[in-house]
Amino acid sequence: MTPVLDLQPGDWFSMFQHFASLSLLAVGGAITTAPDMHRYLVDETHWLSDSQFTASIALAQAAPGPNILFVALMGWHVGMNAGHAGGWMQAGLAALGVLVAMLGIMLPSSILTYTATRWAHQHRERLSIRAFKSGMAPIVIALLLATAWLLTVSHDQPVRDWPLYLLTLLTTLIVWRTRMHMLWLIGAGAAAGAAGWV
Amino acid sequence: MSNDQPLNQPRSKTDLFVSFSLLALQGFGGVLAVVQRELVEKKRWMTREQFVEEWAVAQVMPGPNVVNLSLMIGGRYFGLAGALAGLAGMLVAPLVVVLLLAIAFGTVSDAPWAQGALRGMGAVSAGLIAAVGLKLMGALKHNPMGMPACMVLASLTFVGVGLMRWPLLWVLLACGLMGCGWAYAQLARQVTAEKDRT
Repeated sequence: MTPVLDLQPGDWFSMFQHFASLSLLAVGGAITTAPDMHRYLVDETHWLSDSQFTASIALAQAAPGPNILFVALMGWHVGMNAGHAGGWMQAGLAALGVLVAMLGIMLPSSILTYTATRWAHQHRERLSIRAFKSGMAPIVIALLLATAWLLTVSHDQPVRDWPLYLLTLLTTLIVWRTRMHMLWLIGAGAAAGAAGWV
Repeated sequence: MSNDQPLNQPRSKTDLFVSFSLLALQGFGGVLAVVQRELVEKKRWMTREQFVEEWAVAQVMPGPNVVNLSLMIGGRYFGLAGALAGLAGMLVAPLVVVLLLAIAFGTVSDAPWAQGALRGMGAVSAGLIAAVGLKLMGALKHNPMGMPACMVLASLTFVGVGLMRWPLLWVLLACGLMGCGWAYAQLARQVTAEKDRT
């Protein structure tokens, strides 16, 4: 069931506050704070239905652009639920939801990143800054490989999912070794999936 | 990849905005793969080594990694206005696309072909991420810690996050302290060795 809401300015503000408080905790991407968003938006306030929550994440991952946009989609759905009257009013509330959610999740972390990295750049010759960048390099590279690994094994039935593994492996080799445009690969993946081959 | 040619840089804030918009719109399932290829291999705004260093910082800062990266690069060339141009480029156009997609997907979300296409695209994007990791490995050749130490750190991180599934924050802290400590020691030794020579 899609919730029908009557949100007051105070509710919008507390939504902003919730996203803003998660913003600084989102080391390694906002997706790591998704469980807490679920607790707040679905379990506590009932502003979103479970399926709206899941669809927000899946759609943002399928769409081009940074995955952080799943937060925008959550705000969008909250606004849609609040504007049950339909029409321009509903579209306006949905846009408000996008704005509130994105400002909340982006503002604190962006301000911190901007000031911290400017400071670090001004002092980039310091031994500690150079040591930080060199010391972290192998770790962040390994994190990329671990992310790819986790995405792959999230399909955990080898008998059924081996074509997916193969597709991932092929993509890795092609992108690593050739300069083929990535959109072709994405398109091929979508086509193979739609045709039921993987 | 030729490292001897001089690097380019963004011509203007508009160039930053347009470049990052185009990058973001090509990045399905995460933008990093496209960012690495475009900024390092095509536009040549930075070397592979610089990219790894910036990426390490973007990764440990809270907030979405690629958005942090666009913010940092924009800020480097054009200050606060540049940071905002990079950030807006990364978010605005993809936001429009994802909202349109959310509206459209509402009507086909249950169709098996749509679900299949999502699966296929997910498998490809896992491969894209893995390929970036493999490409960036080459940047470790110039790391002051030396290749063996880099490989140990990378393996530990991969096992911790990918296989043991420990919380990212703890793995980052533990491996990060080891990496930065070791890098600091090596850099300090280099500095004293240079002083002794002169």
